[in-house]
Amino acid sequence: MKKLLSVLLVFAVVFGLAACNPTQSGDMVLNWNIGADPQTIDPTLNGASDGGDVINQTFEGLVREVSGVILPGIAETWETSSDGLTVTFHLRDTKWSDGTDLTASDFVYSWKRGMDPATASEYAWIWEYTNIVGALDVVYEGGSLDDVGISAPDASTLVVELVNPTPYFVSLMAFYHFLPVKQSAVEAVGGEDGLWAKDPELVVCNGPFKLTSYTAGAGLTLVKNENYWDADHVYLSQINGYFIDIATTAFVKYNNGELDFIPDVPTVMIPSLVAESPEFYAFALLGTYYYNFNMQVEEFENAKLRRALTLAIDREAIVEALSGGQIPATGFVPVGFADNNGDDFATEAGDFGISTDDGGYAEAVTLFAEAASEMEMTVPELQAYLNGQVILYNTSEGHALVAQMVQESWNSVLGVQVTLQNQEWAVFQDTRQEGNYDIARGGWLTDFMDPAGLLAIFTQGNDYNDPKYASDAYDLLMTEAQETTDPAVHFAKLYAAQEILMADLPVLPVYYYSDIMMAKSYLVDWDRSVLGSVDFTHAKIEK
Amino acid sequence: MKNYYVQRVLYALFTLYIVITVTFFMMHAIPGGPFTRERHLPPEIEAILNEKYHLDDPLFKQYIDYLGGVVTFDLGPSFKELGLTVNDLIREGFPSSMNVGLVSVIMIIAIGVPLGIISALKQNKFIDHAAMFLATLGVTIPSFVIATLFITLIAANFTFIPISWVNDPQNVGDAIFRYIGPVIALSGYSLSFVSRLTRSSMLEVLRQDYIRTARANGLSERRVIFKHALKNALIPVVTYVGPMAAAILTGSFVVERIFVIPGIGRYFVESVSNRDYTVIIGMTIFYAALYIVMVLLVDVAYAFIDPRIRLGKKMGD
Repeated sequence: MKKLLSVLLVFAVVFGLAACNPTQSGDMVLNWNIGADPQTIDPTLNGASDGGDVINQTFEGLVREVSGVILPGIAETWETSSDGLTVTFHLRDTKWSDGTDLTASDFVYSWKRGMDPATASEYAWIWEYTNIVGALDVVYEGGSLDDVGISAPDASTLVVELVNPTPYFVSLMAFYHFLPVKQSAVEAVGGEDGLWAKDPELVVCNGPFKLTSYTAGAGLTLVKNENYWDADHVYLSQINGYFIDIATTAFVKYNNGELDFIPDVPTVMIPSLVAESPEFYAFALLGTYYYNFNMQVEEFENAKLRRALTLAIDREAIVEALSGGQIPATGFVPVGFADNNGDDFATEAGDFGISTDDGGYAEAVTLFAEAASEMEMTVPELQAYLNGQVILYNTSEGHALVAQMVQESWNSVLGVQVTLQNQEWAVFQDTRQEGNYDIARGGWLTDFMDPAGLLAIFTQGNDYNDPKYASDAYDLLMTEAQETTDPAVHFAKLYAAQEILMADLPVLPVYYYSDIMMAKSYLVDWDRSVLGSVDFTHAKIEK
Repeated sequence: MKNYYVQRVLYALFTLYIVITVTFFMMHAIPGGPFTRERHLPPEIEAILNEKYHLDDPLFKQYIDYLGGVVTFDLGPSFKELGLTVNDLIREGFPSSMNVGLVSVIMIIAIGVPLGIISALKQNKFIDHAAMFLATLGVTIPSFVIATLFITLIAANFTFIPISWVNDPQNVGDAIFRYIGPVIALSGYSLSFVSRLTRSSMLEVLRQDYIRTARANGLSERRVIFKHALKNALIPVVTYVGPMAAAILTGSFVVERIFVIPGIGRYFVESVSNRDYTVIIGMTIFYAALYIVMVLLVDVAYAFIDPRIRLGKKMGD
């Protein structure tokens, strides 16, 4: 047995050496853990961030967003008419990865495919936010694709007609749903349901890299796309992508030098990495984690009570316990949105008197007493009245931790004893949407760089208005913000709308989401969009 | 004998039918559906998808249609894995799961049984205590802990052991050593269980009169153990190993994810949270069928091990 083992060992060493380093020197190869195996990497069908990360390397839209800056992509220039209702894009002469010309009509095809209910894209709802003439009708009302305000007068001009001026329209075009796909590839035999994008034989793309292999549950390979318009500034010759969704496995491989970039690390490692590792990054994500108060149950009708509950938690303690780089939330719009003056929207909006730590406890107690008298109860009566209210969340360690900390501080600060209930994810979605809850966990990540995307969900009739918040003043401000051509007015209305929301507090903001990752120090010039997609277009490996 | 097998196969098919029916109605009873999303699909799109997957048909019609598909070995399209059918998922994933599972099953038998025998023969000696201590550890430590410890402590430090599964091994070393971690994690529990089972059943058999008789007749110890004791001692082990093999061959959610093995283990768990109806039921059928086959094989094995067991004949025939 011993003999056999040693023979095997010798074999392993010999073959191991022989197989090492097949790449020539000078070739830059990136080993990247993508995370979960994406459901699809067809830009139009995709609805998940892992797929979005891959698509950001293999496709390119009219523009590219890098660290919040909108850069020209396939469109070299663009202009918006003075009434804000027509946007004209002028395209570069670019080619698909198969060498054929990419024209404006490719965009027309791709977009109509995206909004066509027959395509059944998960992100079809986003057309509502584009404000393109006719798009909403197609998605929700069975309207005709011929009536949509998208046209290609010539091969290099794309004209879009809008219902309302939409200041964020151009930035939205960087989002994966709006990237072009080639009709002949999409409709190729054997490429149904987006399979073409995973099939090296069928895939046609237009980004800096193209797919050469895909193994379900294991990984994929991308190589530099020589037909990419800016190929001279693409330095990686190959990207090996892995589908490792267990952070520990990926982290060990990273430390062993087998991976150069990982999108996640084991939670227990975060504190020490934050302190010691220059390779650890935490970015703010444009999203907020909050609790919905069910405005339809009479327990939460009183605004002072909602504010008392909002103030009676220690957000810094919660964020510290989660230790994932999250930021305590003092408003609903997270940090990271620039307003018309280039200032940060959340910072300008202020903290609405919400303390990030236990600084609000005293005010919470006062407000609770005031609420009690407004509700014609004594404080103990109000405490008893709220006893047994339920915080509902979908099953997960993180959500449970937050709920326990909220439960604990409400009890110690206000003497309110709530109970916790968790439900499996899909069951929870049902319960929350039907409004069968007292307090329910919520979270919203935006897909375009305008605070309107977050604030719009609390207008009446919006599908995601889970607290069933109803304020005519709020709705009016949101409509006005949407209809104006003047960015100054747009943001003034949004600031005012958030004031109303934060005065009424149908939701209790807890923290702003974050995005953590690790990248080797020899991997340089990689980028990231503020919406959360990693970008290796200009990345280099400098060992 | 032949009648017996025909009867067993018919029973097996009936069992499968019950499994399908119960799974089908149970999964449709839980709230949420395959198109439940944090961001809801526009109603128009949901209607189109429901039509495409026939979810708008009455439940009973869906049930009959599904049974029709199963009879022709068509398990239907997956809702989550776009463009793929459940048959595709099994065809692509099962070889990997089976690969690791088969090695694990072989290890469990090849190590667990001898370990149990040695422990029984050296009862209360050092080797017995050591083996049973390890077996207790193996039963109590969950596979994800074993897998994580293996990766962080062993694979991270010995470069010839791949940290995760290598799909297209470039060298013989990877092709062999990639099995170590998954097999240890996958077989830990069952290996321990089999060795304890073998030990206790061996101890019991060794106390039987016919063993004493054999020894009194002057048979060599070797002959007593292997010819007379072992065969009887193995019966409970074989009973356990059959269904166990079915479970291990179909992969493990945890072990496959930690070692990044592209098998079918993950579908057993993910399909339920995704409400991927066809995958839930397809995987259940696949597992149930394998289980039934294993139980049949166990029956056959009984006949070989113990000639007293005559299948299909009533006592006193």
